[in-house]
Amino acid sequence: MTAPLHLTNARLIDPATGYDGPGALRISDGMIEEVVRGASPEVPGAVDCGGLPLAPGIIDMRVFVGEPGARHRESFRSAGEAAAAGGVTTMIAQPDTSPPLDDPALVQFALARAREAAPVRVHAMAALTRGLKGAEMSEQQFLLDAGAVALTDADHPMADAKLMRACMAYATALDALVVHHPQDPSLGHGTCATSGEFASRLGLPAVPAIAERIMLERDLALAESTGVRYHADMLSTAAALAPLARARTAGVKVTAGVSIHHLTLNEFDIADYRSFFKLAPPLRAEADREAVVTALAEGLIDVIVSSHLPWDEEAKRLPFEEAATGAVGLETFLPACLRLIHAGQLTLLRLFECAALNPARILGLPGGRLARGAPADLVLFDPDAPFVLDRAALRSKSKNTPFDRTRMQGKVRGTWVGGTRVFGG
Amino acid sequence: MFAHRHLLGIEQLSASDITQILDLSDRYAALNRQPEKHLDTLRGRTQINLFFEASTRTQASFELAGKRLGADVMSMPVQASSMRKGETLIDTALTLNAMHPDLLVVRHQNSGAVALLAEKVNCAVLNGGDGRHEHPTQALLDALTIRRRKGRLQRLTIAICGDIANSRVARSNILCLNRMENRVRVIAPPTLLPAGIERMGVEVFTDMEAGLEGCDVVMMLRVQNERLTGAAIPSTREYFHRWGLTAEKLAIAKDEAIVMHPGPMNRGVEIDAEVADDINRSVIQEQVEMGVAVRMAVLELLAQNLGGAV
Repeated sequence: MTAPLHLTNARLIDPATGYDGPGALRISDGMIEEVVRGASPEVPGAVDCGGLPLAPGIIDMRVFVGEPGARHRESFRSAGEAAAAGGVTTMIAQPDTSPPLDDPALVQFALARAREAAPVRVHAMAALTRGLKGAEMSEQQFLLDAGAVALTDADHPMADAKLMRACMAYATALDALVVHHPQDPSLGHGTCATSGEFASRLGLPAVPAIAERIMLERDLALAESTGVRYHADMLSTAAALAPLARARTAGVKVTAGVSIHHLTLNEFDIADYRSFFKLAPPLRAEADREAVVTALAEGLIDVIVSSHLPWDEEAKRLPFEEAATGAVGLETFLPACLRLIHAGQLTLLRLFECAALNPARILGLPGGRLARGAPADLVLFDPDAPFVLDRAALRSKSKNTPFDRTRMQGKVRGTWVGGTRVFGG
Repeated sequence: MFAHRHLLGIEQLSASDITQILDLSDRYAALNRQPEKHLDTLRGRTQINLFFEASTRTQASFELAGKRLGADVMSMPVQASSMRKGETLIDTALTLNAMHPDLLVVRHQNSGAVALLAEKVNCAVLNGGDGRHEHPTQALLDALTIRRRKGRLQRLTIAICGDIANSRVARSNILCLNRMENRVRVIAPPTLLPAGIERMGVEVFTDMEAGLEGCDVVMMLRVQNERLTGAAIPSTREYFHRWGLTAEKLAIAKDEAIVMHPGPMNRGVEIDAEVADDINRSVIQEQVEMGVAVRMAVLELLAQNLGGAV
């Protein structure tokens, strides 16, 4: 047993109780032992937070790590270091690795590698179908037993409604969470932008925004009829929000996420065919971006993810249509989210509700709160500190950020995982 | 003063840029009708034609244009199938760059690919067509043809008919004709209209008869029937029935309306042979002729902005 760690003179942000005010934490054996609200006690050897916000560490539900199969793009170590620098204390690895995490041994392998190499906590989602092919169910029970926290086919939407229904129905017996990327694959096939005037001017093959709504409505109907716990991993369009609200009112066990990129960027960012802005789903119209920001602030959307997807330089130095899809996001997670705070569109409490507390609740993890007995996974940050992002300085092995040379505001000053400082100081 | 390093699209050109190109093209059109067609304007300059997508007429036209101006011209037939796409685009660009070309003409199947390549080389780059994005020299040769036939390039009503959604020719023409203050219409089945077309400064028609009413120019586009049949149009015969240009439909346009087509034509699909071959109405051969003149003009204007004396 080590000496307790004291973090004093902090602005505590606790989404679980809604407390945003002065306070201090005492940490022992990796857990929060005491939460002090109001004036901090004088403790020799304490870390003085200088009045900066101290919040539960971010739980990022959508992170691609290249293990197994693509360690040159991202390893658990490099992803973990990027996460720590971005205030992320738990990463949920996606199963679309090579080979995909569709076998219990592969899940165990990935989690063992993560424990060995990553400075932050790592959990994994496992494949919903074998090989992510959307043709045969995976072994849900064995995958959960191996440690998977949810089942998903990651970037591969499942076209087959009959199979999706079977996966959902089977999952109810195990109380498993089914996570899906709602985009109609026949409308989305071969596209790289959102249908509209802008994509037409650029001459890019484009998917209509309703492709998201079409798949979400199908999933919601199946979720309602099976009673499964369902999570739409990334919503990005206004058209998808009304069905989501209706389903929630009707008592469907549905939650939804949005990526930080879809909260802060729009379709105009792909001008000049900049492949670092090529994402899935593609960046949307400004009206869609505004709608999802509002839905997040008002509670309809539950979770913010980085949708971290590292790619090497060669994969992005191509014509837009040929370039790889996705962006890194772990290290910029907090500064990018703070854009919404500075724009007055979100409060810090709501931000950490969506970035830490809700993911913990949805996945059944203990973090996301500043409470006695909760893990001491914490982030201390200066929300106002300005900087210009230099992608070459990112800790991630891949540097494909859409925020290169962007002015950002907000720096992480310290990240703790289980009471151990993994960044800053 | 033509203040452009590359010709990547009509988007970057002002009305006075376009007028300057067309004025010079007129002079070359006259020259091209003389027995002695050779000039030394581009003597010592190297022009490379890099066509990632198969092309006969555009490539031949650029080749002839460069040769008539005295440049050393080399055409590299790069079929996408024989190379790994994309990756080789930048590699090929760097390789060619090391050979010190002065003018690089590029056609590529991906929108934006020519601009990407232009960032990697030191010479002037001419877009010979990129994906569904732009085909600037086609729009310029169409503009020249119209100006010569109509005596002006303003206040005309011009209908563009056919596969607007997949056509770079349509995009460049819409931009060019709008910039010169014409009234532009597009006529197509709904499946061949791109999203947001109504906000690109055009009037949109799905009824060909209504769209042709009062037109000075009727510009037909090629229908890629192997790709579209069954997916965007039910059959070529039904397409011809509704959207093919026949003498009867042409009669709805103005009496002196001209008929254009960027080629190659599908007779009996988008255009009736009788109309295509009508020497009083069809200017399709003249378009090809003007193509060489326009390409000579843009090669010369870009070469003037290269380093060293021209």
